[in-house]
Amino acid sequence: MLRVSKNPTVDITAKLVVVSIAMFAFVFVVMVPLYNVLCDVLGINGKTDGTQYTSVPVAVDESRTITVQFIATNNEGMPWEFSPNVTAMKVNPGAVNDTVFYARNPLPKDMVAQAIPSISPARAAPYFHKTECFCFNQQPLSAQTDAEMPLQFIIDQELPKDIQTITLSYTIFDITEAASGSVAAR
Amino acid sequence: MGFISERLRAQLGYAAILIATLMSGGALAQDSKVNQLNMSPGVTSSGQAIYDLHMAILWICVVIGVLVFGVMFYSIIYHRKSKGYKASNFHESTKVEIAWTVVPFFILIAMAVPATSTLIEVYDTDEAEMDILVTGYQWKWKYEYLNENGENVSFFSNLRTPQDEIYNTEEKGEHYLLEVDEPMVIPVDTKVRFLVTANDVIHSWWVPELAVKRDAIPGFINETWTRADKEGIYRGQCAELCGKDHGFMPVVVNVVSKEEYASWLEDKQAEAAEIKALMAQTFTMDQLIERGKGVYQGRCAACHGMNGEGGLGTAIAGSAVATGEIAGHLEIGINGVAGTAMQAFGGQLNDVDMAAVLTYQRNAFGNNMGDMVQPIDVFNHKKG
Amino acid sequence: MGDHHHGPAKGLSRWLFTTNHKDIGTMYLWFSFAMFILGGAFAMIIRAELFQPGMQLVEPAFFNQMTTLHGLIMVFGAIMPSFVGLANWMIPMMIGAPDMALPRMNNWSFWILPPAFLILASTLFMEGGAPAFGWTFYAPLSTIYAPPSVTYFIFSIHVLGLSSIMGSINIIATVMNMRAPGMTYMKMPLFVWTWLITAFLLVAVMPVLAGAVTMMLMDIHFGTSFFSAAGGGDPVLFQHIFWFFGHPEVYIIILPAFGVVSQIIPTFSRKPLFGYASMVYATAAIAFLSFIVWAHHMYTVGMPIAGELFFMYATMLIAVPTGVKVFNWITTMWRGSMTFETPMLFSIGFLVLFTIGGFTGLMLSIAPADFQYHDSYFVVAHFHYVMVAGAVFSMTAAVYYWLPKWCGRMYNETMGKTHFWISFIGFNITFFPQHFVGLAGMPRRIPDYALQFADFNMMSSIGAFIYGASQIMFLYNVIATIVAGKPTSDEKVWDGAEGLEWTLPTPAPYHTFETPPAVR
Repeated sequence: MLRVSKNPTVDITAKLVVVSIAMFAFVFVVMVPLYNVLCDVLGINGKTDGTQYTSVPVAVDESRTITVQFIATNNEGMPWEFSPNVTAMKVNPGAVNDTVFYARNPLPKDMVAQAIPSISPARAAPYFHKTECFCFNQQPLSAQTDAEMPLQFIIDQELPKDIQTITLSYTIFDITEAASGSVAAR
Repeated sequence: MGFISERLRAQLGYAAILIATLMSGGALAQDSKVNQLNMSPGVTSSGQAIYDLHMAILWICVVIGVLVFGVMFYSIIYHRKSKGYKASNFHESTKVEIAWTVVPFFILIAMAVPATSTLIEVYDTDEAEMDILVTGYQWKWKYEYLNENGENVSFFSNLRTPQDEIYNTEEKGEHYLLEVDEPMVIPVDTKVRFLVTANDVIHSWWVPELAVKRDAIPGFINETWTRADKEGIYRGQCAELCGKDHGFMPVVVNVVSKEEYASWLEDKQAEAAEIKALMAQTFTMDQLIERGKGVYQGRCAACHGMNGEGGLGTAIAGSAVATGEIAGHLEIGINGVAGTAMQAFGGQLNDVDMAAVLTYQRNAFGNNMGDMVQPIDVFNHKKG
Repeated sequence: MGDHHHGPAKGLSRWLFTTNHKDIGTMYLWFSFAMFILGGAFAMIIRAELFQPGMQLVEPAFFNQMTTLHGLIMVFGAIMPSFVGLANWMIPMMIGAPDMALPRMNNWSFWILPPAFLILASTLFMEGGAPAFGWTFYAPLSTIYAPPSVTYFIFSIHVLGLSSIMGSINIIATVMNMRAPGMTYMKMPLFVWTWLITAFLLVAVMPVLAGAVTMMLMDIHFGTSFFSAAGGGDPVLFQHIFWFFGHPEVYIIILPAFGVVSQIIPTFSRKPLFGYASMVYATAAIAFLSFIVWAHHMYTVGMPIAGELFFMYATMLIAVPTGVKVFNWITTMWRGSMTFETPMLFSIGFLVLFTIGGFTGLMLSIAPADFQYHDSYFVVAHFHYVMVAGAVFSMTAAVYYWLPKWCGRMYNETMGKTHFWISFIGFNITFFPQHFVGLAGMPRRIPDYALQFADFNMMSSIGAFIYGASQIMFLYNVIATIVAGKPTSDEKVWDGAEGLEWTLPTPAPYHTFETPPAVR
């Protein structure tokens, strides 16, 4: 064992102080990234990766039909109109699917939103690949304008056989203040 | 006899109080909810499975408790200095330590098996026949029936108990704190999937008799399910501290026959169409005030006071907003005030109710503005 | 170290600058008693409002402040400091050491506590009120939706955590380095063992709590999104981090209580503790297991089933070493020659009621059943059984047991017994009915309830007033003893008492074991 000092009290005290600091750092450096990794891998909380999926051409599995539902939710104080153009669609795994969400900023001021996706059942999340999604970026909308926001996705053929319905929910949050300064950047 | 009878007397006394209370409360009556002692098996197979598991564990604990305390009380009675008992000196036995480590371990395994199978059953949301999106708000629930054709029925479910009953100026009704203006309605014998989320802070949707409890997390959806075997009205409450009125946002689920459900759904869709029609109409001051008063008391009074005197929210009586420009008043009512507890009610009240409540606020509590807000004004403000 | 042969300094500066473990122990104990009364007063307000359905006395927002502060003050202000005070008084005497390893840090460990609690209590008078998000302060209720006082709350927690960490380092250093020659680890009194293990738990998890509140601070003031979905974070992350601290925390609360009972029962049974080695291993097992069970507080949050099952199995497993301890205590009593003075009454009360709390804990560990128990009064009943009838009863027993050694006077035995019976009865009237209303569907943290819960709530409130009143009797007894109790100078105050502290004069001199004793 490494001895910090000849005085046993100073020695154990120094080691315990290091342990305390290490446990504090553990929270930031280990727990947070570990949580995010586990969520991605296990699909906990239906967290989907915020990154774009690069698709490879695969055969479409015509023997399975998956119903995909779309839900749009506004977080507190978010006054935008926000809804899916289509509330449900039936798709085959492997096929590329497109849909659109509608958003409107009714206020007389420019705003920026962030759309956060969540998938249910959570264990379907690793098999739901988004090749194009408005959730990857911040969404600026000028005063009293609307927009159509595209989503393109593929369901992996490896999706467990017992899942027939997947629900994709987007919650939009008002991040105008946090994003101030980068509204024009897109 | 000194020590023993003191203890026994105390225990008997306690038991007597308990029994008297229970019998007076009718806890022994079959369907009585008053002074209910135990969990209810409810009206679902999950609920029954959970109840059976609960009772099994409870009985195992009771048996172990009786045995263990029995040994202890025996010792207390007989191994006393006052009875002249001489202390032994034994103080260890590896055999015994192994025995009372291994035996409980096996009892736990026996408990874990049914616990595991019940959990698997409760987690299985497959093959649901309908989906409802449940959103927790501070302090109410929103229910949206998801329909593949997009004709979603959506409404808020608010506590209906009046403030008068809560503040003890009126007698409390039978379903005090467990009644809402618009309950969730679902058909019997149908697997219903619930998607649960929240608008602001964490809430939790709990209906004991359906054995459903799921946390509502803002930004994420959780799913759970139920299949009610019996028609009836089942009441629950929010089960995660969510702020001031956490205790005042109940859940009411009305389980009806499939026919009744179909006709309710039709009515709800017609209602939506009706409101759309009403929105184009012009109302009289009296009509607006009457409707507005009801909306105010149900939706605003909890924060702004029954008499507009304020509380968590600002006072409406004499407020600059309610006695100022209508456009400013519409703005706050519809879009709320960012960074405060004043939510954007534009998404929660239809245009008729919004017009009515704003009109009421402008004319009640001594504000007496003499002006009105019509549904079309609300519509136009939203459109920009 | 200086020349101390003249005894303690006089006046206020004695207490401000003392590095003596007995003085510091005394300050911790009085401080924790004051906090117990304050937290108890908040509980009285809670139970007074819950006496009947309807809002009679306070507003819902203030009620939430009361439940929050009651929890924070009891956990961090009453229970934890009381056991630290006991550790300070007893550990050096039990191991034959003259004082703690780091006496000046010991002074700081105590003296940062009163300011921390003053700050916490002062939040009641701040705009927006005191924290009202429960002692578990889940995000985002405690971040985005929190009142301005949350920042002072966070500061207070940091200071409390620092106090605990410093105290624990001191305890570990003392026990590891300052045992009298001949006192091997396996000869230490069990109270010392349980505190040694508890101290390691504290060093490991208090920094995690500090991390959690720092992340809150950053979310609130520095634009981060650890716990907010909007910025890519997750409110559930908060729960994982909090309970990674929170579960070991409850074992931190109870392990020293186990240690106290392990000293008292052998004394009044006139028989050695049964299974000393097993008791040590069981305590260590409980401590290890406490790190892998945290998510049993989160069964309804939407975890994948594999996670739920893992946490369920691990939690059920803790019943094994805990059961081993209960069996060992009872076997200690078996064929002893028992008398039932007040410390023994509280210890037996602990044994019965803590075990009941353990049973409800086992019920709660069953994940599918917990879907019905979670966040209901069933949980409130469970943790009050283990924390009040467990930890507080044990602390009370400790005070009655060692007070004569501390001050050289006997307490009034009749009043002590009366205190026990009123506490025991009052406690059960308060908390047993809470099992019923919880099972019947009453959620926790609500200021008002549906009519079917009325009778049991009234009963519970009456019990609470009875229990509360009896603590005043305790306070009176303690003060009367110190001021005017019957003097005693028996080293062995109690007939069956064993251990180094009982070889010292009564009352214990200011400095003891300046020369280490010989340990057989």
